[in-house]
Amino acid sequence: MKYLDEYKNQGAAEQISKQIKLLSDKLYVKDKKINIMEVCGSHTMAIARYAIRELLPENISLISGPGCPVCVTDTGYIDAAIELAEKGVIITTFGDMINVPGTKKTLAICRSEGCKVEICYSPLNAIEIAEKNINKEVVFLAIGFETTMAPNIAMLEIASKKNLKNISILTAFKLIPPALEALSMDPEISIDAFLCPAHVSAIIGVKAYEPFVQKHKIPCLIASFEPVDIMLGIQGILQQLADKDPHLENQYARVVKYNGNEIAQQLFNKYLEEYDASWRGIGKIPKSGLKLKKEFAYFDASAKHDVKIAVGKPNKACRCGDVLKGKINPSECPMFAKKCTPMNPVGPCMVSSEGSCAAYYKYLRK
Amino acid sequence: MLKNIQLAHGGGGKLSAELIENEIVSRFGEGPLKGLPDAASLDEINGKIIFSTDSYVVQPIEFEGGNIGNLAVHGTVNDISVAGGKAKWLSLALILEEGLEIKVLRRILDTIKKSANECGVKIVTGDTKVVAKGQCDSIYINTSGIGEALPEFNLSRHFIKKGDKILVSGNIGDHGMAVLASREGINIENGPKSDTGTVHRLVQSAYKYAKDVRFMRDPTRGGVATVLNEAVSNTEIGVLLESSKIPLDPGTSAIAELLGIELLNVACEGRMLLIASPEATDKILTDWKKLPEGKNAAIIGEINADKERVSIKTITGGIRLVDVPMGELLPRIC
Repeated sequence: MKYLDEYKNQGAAEQISKQIKLLSDKLYVKDKKINIMEVCGSHTMAIARYAIRELLPENISLISGPGCPVCVTDTGYIDAAIELAEKGVIITTFGDMINVPGTKKTLAICRSEGCKVEICYSPLNAIEIAEKNINKEVVFLAIGFETTMAPNIAMLEIASKKNLKNISILTAFKLIPPALEALSMDPEISIDAFLCPAHVSAIIGVKAYEPFVQKHKIPCLIASFEPVDIMLGIQGILQQLADKDPHLENQYARVVKYNGNEIAQQLFNKYLEEYDASWRGIGKIPKSGLKLKKEFAYFDASAKHDVKIAVGKPNKACRCGDVLKGKINPSECPMFAKKCTPMNPVGPCMVSSEGSCAAYYKYLRK
Repeated sequence: MLKNIQLAHGGGGKLSAELIENEIVSRFGEGPLKGLPDAASLDEINGKIIFSTDSYVVQPIEFEGGNIGNLAVHGTVNDISVAGGKAKWLSLALILEEGLEIKVLRRILDTIKKSANECGVKIVTGDTKVVAKGQCDSIYINTSGIGEALPEFNLSRHFIKKGDKILVSGNIGDHGMAVLASREGINIENGPKSDTGTVHRLVQSAYKYAKDVRFMRDPTRGGVATVLNEAVSNTEIGVLLESSKIPLDPGTSAIAELLGIELLNVACEGRMLLIASPEATDKILTDWKKLPEGKNAAIIGEINADKERVSIKTITGGIRLVDVPMGELLPRIC
């Protein structure tokens, strides 16, 4: 299959593996690890699925960052979605959200109790549902980073054109560049390089990382999700470190352009404005979220249905925050694979299929 | 001429009789069903009896590569086959939703007839009920099957030994992805096509080496990952799969990649897994490859001493766990 098999080529993977070993030997310093953070949940999942971490030399450590939208979504958001469902609104959502524990229950439990919760593969499914249920209110759970924001906002454009009045979105949009900034400023974490997300970058473009890289002088490399892409990305980062030449590198040029997706960016500017968003396990990060502008309040489920997103109280024993910041590996959390499993998740990193804990549980648990 | 199923088609009156006569008896009315007795009287069977039942609620009822009808025949016949049996008789119970188009029902019944003929089984008894609109989704089918045991087979997961090899009869995950693609309206050129089909010839072809065959199963719901995890649970053995050896259809892989779905967790409806001694698997593979349903068969891994653990060597050369799927991956695929 063209454009997929090439990036899953066994021979290529073996060659890159050798190069990584050579570079890591060059960079070897006793008791010092090189920490590379993959920011995106899809990278986390692919790294686990293709067992890439296991292949790396001992002095190279991959840390999973906060790049899973479900994971960084606050408990209060789930509670608000449940409140909407119980008010009789039809909730439409990507599948991952339905098992995320709110304060009292999950959307899956709500559904079993008779609430309407529909799983979508695209925000456009929500439009179809709204058209079929013209006398009911439909809310799409609009969480995610720049990648998912694009189809979400495009959906609002379509709803506007169709003059659909019974659809709105409950937003928890988050931005990647401010998160990179916050993680680099955190004195408790030491990150030597970032493996930057693929699809987010396709939207925001290479240019979005420039201020960050200029300020922090840290290797940032944009790579895709296929195993060969990721390994090549790690090799590229190690090369930058070996050459002492940290810079911004785009290895996913077959998709990611310098300016990104300008149509998406224009839509964001039209509908959304920045605010200081709260990240589950991390806290408030300045200007790290986008919400609907006041003039589009009729699309804002929170305003339209008078539902507040309160700051949630996560389980105290849950160490998802430390996992999200890359301070600990999932298996170092005392609840991992014991009290907290994908069937009975305590923290969000276990519930989302892109969460670090779920990836460890699924592919790497001993 | 009515176009749709009416409640009265299940009411026991004239319309019921017409439906049974025109649609059921015309297709299956020979043999034990002749004269529509309340129960089938069957011939004696040699040796042990193998008996299995399954209900079919797939949605959509027609999908690329098949429909609920062939699924209902293949599913039950395959369960009997991989239990080491030769299926002989099937019951056929239909639950129809008021309003179902009669031409759709006819298509399904035609498929049932064709599939039963291919599998060498007879429909010997049955039932038809109609429920009001909204009380079921178009059509539900139950089939139960009776078969005779092939006596040389002595199958149990507890007989699996370290060094045994794992054989799969064809591409994995095609059925689950075809149903998903149909349901979600994902239309791509050369997209996934259900593998719904029969494995009885594969089982009969492996019978030559019956003494060396330890375990057979059709990887339906939960896919290959679930079958293998169940096979090694509470034992001293484990499994190592080789990802590059697993046969995959490119269209199915494309959709799975697009949706981030792991094909090891996706259902097949016309494939089987077989675990046997290394010498036997080589020979069975050669024989399978001569059958159309076994042309993509492959040895995909082997049994090791990694207690209760199913792992896979990925294309990067790293090894990771193959877990069972969590739950609602693809509801109502069979």
